Amino acid sequence: MPEIIKNGAIVADSWQLFKLAAGETAETVALPAGPLLVPLAVWLARRQELAARGEADSNPLGVWLDAGEGPEALAGDLDRLAVVGVNFPKFTDGRSYSSARLLRERYGYTGEIRALGDVLYDQLFAMRRCGIDAYALRADQNLEKALAGFATFSETYQAAVDQPQPLFRRRAA
Amino acid sequence: MYRYDSTDQQIIDERVAQYRDQMARHLAGELSGDDLRPLRLQNGLYIQRHGPMHRIAVPYGMLSSAQLRKLAEISRRYDRGFGHFTTRHNMQFNWPKFEETPEILAELATVQMHAVQTSGNCVRNVTTDHFAGVAPDELADPRPYCEIIRQWSTFHPEFAFLPRKFKIAVNGAASDRAVIRAHDIGLEIVRDEAGSIGFKVFVGGGLGRTPILGQVAREFLPRRHLLSYIEAVLRVYNRYGRRDNAYKARIKILVQALGIEEFKRQVEAEWAHLEDGPATLTDTEFARVAAHFAPPAYESLPAADAGFAARQNDDKAFANWVKRNVHAHKVPGYAAVTLSLKKTGAAPGDITDTQMCAAADLADRYSFGELRVSHEQNLLLVDVKQSDLYTVWQIARAQDLATPNIGLLTDMICCPGGDLCSLANARSLPIAEAVQTKFDDLDYLHDIGDISLNISGCMNSCGHHHVSNIGILGVDKNNEEWYQITLGGQQGNDATIGKVIGPSFTAEEVPAVIGALIDVYIELRTPSERFIDTLQRVGSEPFKARAYAGRDRRKPAVAANDAQPTPAKVANA
Repeated sequence: MPEIIKNGAIVADSWQLFKLAAGETAETVALPAGPLLVPLAVWLARRQELAARGEADSNPLGVWLDAGEGPEALAGDLDRLAVVGVNFPKFTDGRSYSSARLLRERYGYTGEIRALGDVLYDQLFAMRRCGIDAYALRADQNLEKALAGFATFSETYQAAVDQPQPLFRRRAA
Repeated sequence: MYRYDSTDQQIIDERVAQYRDQMARHLAGELSGDDLRPLRLQNGLYIQRHGPMHRIAVPYGMLSSAQLRKLAEISRRYDRGFGHFTTRHNMQFNWPKFEETPEILAELATVQMHAVQTSGNCVRNVTTDHFAGVAPDELADPRPYCEIIRQWSTFHPEFAFLPRKFKIAVNGAASDRAVIRAHDIGLEIVRDEAGSIGFKVFVGGGLGRTPILGQVAREFLPRRHLLSYIEAVLRVYNRYGRRDNAYKARIKILVQALGIEEFKRQVEAEWAHLEDGPATLTDTEFARVAAHFAPPAYESLPAADAGFAARQNDDKAFANWVKRNVHAHKVPGYAAVTLSLKKTGAAPGDITDTQMCAAADLADRYSFGELRVSHEQNLLLVDVKQSDLYTVWQIARAQDLATPNIGLLTDMICCPGGDLCSLANARSLPIAEAVQTKFDDLDYLHDIGDISLNISGCMNSCGHHHVSNIGILGVDKNNEEWYQITLGGQQGNDATIGKVIGPSFTAEEVPAVIGALIDVYIELRTPSERFIDTLQRVGSEPFKARAYAGRDRRKPAVAANDAQPTPAKVANA
């Protein structure tokens, strides 16, 4: 079974990341059984059906947002989703950092936010700061070594999800 | 100036350890060149024409004497005994060894310096007025805000991978000496009717291949909202700035595409969620940071020192230097001094290790141990007693740091160009030297008076040629170096983008063309006019006519306005 990093530990992972292949349409594509992360388009097209499916213990459901897809589209649905994925098509595409923060800070999402795509050791620290708590690293990454990436800095200046008070408010105290 | 506390130091030390580990993993084959590239850039390390180039931050231009000595030491140990000041308060080392760059950062950390975010698609080193804190026309000292922004932007987790680089400048004086409208965000310190400090916020300015002046996003942003508002701008940019084309990825393109009104609406909508949140600046924090910039222990002195006046009468060379390189100070009896890094024959902005040490000594003896770097690529001592100026001049002159040319034709801004930079389309340093050599007569230079001439080796425009009275842009046509001339640009409160005068020139032609432009000015000026005034009064036609007189060798293929040179390579090599 594939492994991911979740809450600072390496764990086995049974979720399937589902992507639409060429020629498939969100409305009609057949979905596999089991824990499933579907693209936003599939969720939007089949919300009722998928919400019902997600209530079964064996078929938990999540939605993944591509870098250009904002969390606004899921604002009313978040309590029905066990996982929200945020994709990094390239690690230099930073849009999903904003998506993760908005999911936590604006929409109050408390479920798992999973980083998908070009997820590398050297970005884990910033990802966690933005509220991401699960990391499906790129296949070539060494997960054991990557755990060190969460300990790069012992203090940070800005307010973010992991530390809602900026350093200057804590310095003053 | 700002001094790190133990937390600031720890963060910078941890940054060095992170970079050391990244380089070690790279050299061990665990981190590919592609994956390392954005990481090393955010530590200032480029791979250039001859090898690595390391860009060190001088945050908002402030340097202590100890820091400058450390730069000198690094230049000796890890480079070739000199450094280069850029237009954005950075020092570049052109000859470091790739594998030694972690050591350079470790050395810098011992004097509270770093190369954090000096490159990469992130918030860059914040820049400001080199006379901050001493300018007679200053409303408020911009440096506390610069430091507050520096800390906020340092390793900001959300904005490390923006569509493109992001530059912020702050100006706190009546005259804009930070070119704020050429920045992604330009902050002008203002007061509202109640006398409270805040900012007029400009967004979407930038030079590069599409020069645009920033537009007003906020007439008045109260001080406490500084960080939350910038965060809203950055979030809108991070989410919606173009990422499909690096040439169209700066925020200026987003602002242009949306229009300033729609852009403002989106920022305000985002900011409505952040307003009064944790990022809201507290008075306590402002006071803590501002205390680091408290005025030094000035003596009570007469406004004019008699000995200083007498020296100027006795010594014309000294008087010439005073006229150009000594600047007014808000405290009676003091002056600010520019140590010119524009001596003919040296690359503009270059400084040797010996000069760095000499300047550091001058700072210790005569200017409270601090120096400034200007975006015009000079070094400054800003708190010198008038009675010490003669001595400072003599010492500076012995070190080739007293060329009396500040604001004159030879005080040009110039990028390293094709001699060093792998992005450049043409060399810029030989052009600078050729122009300096042609105008090496001091009396003539002083007669020409205030003028700006800037040179960029490609349309990335590091040499700020768009905002100089005479701009020179290197272009590549069929693997030949050509130079396009613009006229009428200026920085300051009336910032203007210059206009291309026509087909470009060969390197050999450039000095004579500049000479022709100057001749026209000399012939047409009224006694009180600067070059830019005459140009604005008579228009560019007489200048163009003279520039091209006898040079009618334009081929049909390039006769059309050849403002479409070979596309520049995008920075961040």
